[in-house]
Amino acid sequence: MRLINRRPGRISATLLGLLPFLLIMLVYSLASQERLADNPNDKLLPGLEQMNAAVDRMAFQEDRRSGDILMWQDTTASLARLGMGVGIAALLALFVGLLNGVLPLVRANLAPLVSALSMVPPLAILPILFIVFGLGELSKVMLIVIGTAPIMMRDVAQRVRELPGEQLIKIQTLGANSWQVITRMALPQVLPRLIDAVRLSLGPAWLFLIAAEAIASTEGLGYRIFLVRRYLAMDVILPYVIWITILAIVIDQCLRLANRRLFPWYNAGGH
Amino acid sequence: MSFITVNKLWKEYGDQVVLENLNLAVKQGEFCTLVGASGCGKSTFLKMLLGQEIASRGELLLDGEAFPGEPDRNRGIVFQRYSVFPHLTVRQNVLMGLELEQKPWLGKLFGAARREALENVDAMLESVGLTPSAHKWPHELSGGMQQRLAIAQSLIMRPRVLLLDEPFGALDPGIRGDMHDLLLKLWQETGTTIFMVTHDLQEGFYLGTRLLVFDKVRNDPHDPQAFGATITYDLPIGRTDRKLLDDINQSVAETARHQAA
Repeated sequence: MRLINRRPGRISATLLGLLPFLLIMLVYSLASQERLADNPNDKLLPGLEQMNAAVDRMAFQEDRRSGDILMWQDTTASLARLGMGVGIAALLALFVGLLNGVLPLVRANLAPLVSALSMVPPLAILPILFIVFGLGELSKVMLIVIGTAPIMMRDVAQRVRELPGEQLIKIQTLGANSWQVITRMALPQVLPRLIDAVRLSLGPAWLFLIAAEAIASTEGLGYRIFLVRRYLAMDVILPYVIWITILAIVIDQCLRLANRRLFPWYNAGGH
Repeated sequence: MSFITVNKLWKEYGDQVVLENLNLAVKQGEFCTLVGASGCGKSTFLKMLLGQEIASRGELLLDGEAFPGEPDRNRGIVFQRYSVFPHLTVRQNVLMGLELEQKPWLGKLFGAARREALENVDAMLESVGLTPSAHKWPHELSGGMQQRLAIAQSLIMRPRVLLLDEPFGALDPGIRGDMHDLLLKLWQETGTTIFMVTHDLQEGFYLGTRLLVFDKVRNDPHDPQAFGATITYDLPIGRTDRKLLDDINQSVAETARHQAA
């Protein structure tokens, strides 16, 4: 049988999927053991024991200096920034994207600007944000907004324009005015697509969040990683990275499920 | 004065002439079927009736007034596909027009007004045979059912003209027969003026009161776009002999071959 026609069964597909993870863990633990055997104080490849201790210290005990539990404080601070940034960006994207998609006059007016904005590298204007909005929360949220909104705006406008032309004619023959075309035809059909766009832009959003936190912050997951880097504290950095990854996966899956629940017609091939 | 008047109507795109010198008078309540080879301007004419296209020259009058330049609630349309809203259930799809008309800002009905509108909707669903599917999503319906829905959605607005653009082109022959019966029944009940474009000559010969054949009278083999099509036959249906229909069939087939060459 040709290789292209050979398919894994259910169990073997799961095993095949797990294999790379197990291999990475194996390679890491072997390398870590070797280094620790040479030097029990090695910081570069900490063993499970050291990482456990670090997690226990960061996530389950109060910090001696501030009395806060650092990992939770970092997590809530980061998630608040991420949520606010992505939320504002999504609302802006919905508003501008709908207008751009439905109204040719607005499209002629705004689409070139949106395209140009989406080409600006957001990190390049981070200094401007710090100067304009100060070093507080606002500049970090703004970085996420500026980094993700233009692309989502273009995406939403594109999705609106992909709606069949027949629908647009049909709703006009039912007597719809322009406002009703937006609210009853375009908006409800573009909402599930907006959630998909948000899922895609979460990756860049995390990037901008951590970059902003690394540069100017007093708490946050990105701040902590860059802070402990000075002490080569891989035993903290590695669990933090894994924790961020888990958070990203959970958020993504929650959005996917929400999309399924809220828009049953969308995922059953109704579009 | 006739209901719809077409007077020396031309449609051109640059050098390409699609329709030339169209003249037609249609009375209220007529059921016209438009047949012809593809590229002979049947759909273009329908789009002009709809307000999606504007005539290059000539007059197109509804009750003596020029047709509005954009689609409105007086002219319903059913396309071959994509006429229904995938994000609304069958019942919501039919309710849509009533809601849009009564609530210009909200676009939604509530309470007693909604119940009243829904009674209307349910009666319409009953007459197109969609009552059992009232709460389904459009993607759960077969092609024929979706077209029933599209027709119901248009007819609930009581449009003065109903335009059908190859509405049954994508359906199985058996289903098509059922749809013909349904369409004739609805036409008799509502008395709406209907224009239907079809590829299927047999369908055109059998449905409706009047057959309009779109064909090219002149043909330049070196420049197929130079001449447009016009109405070559305008016949009352049911009083025509077999021989004439065969002639039309042959003439249309010949034009189709020219177009393809």
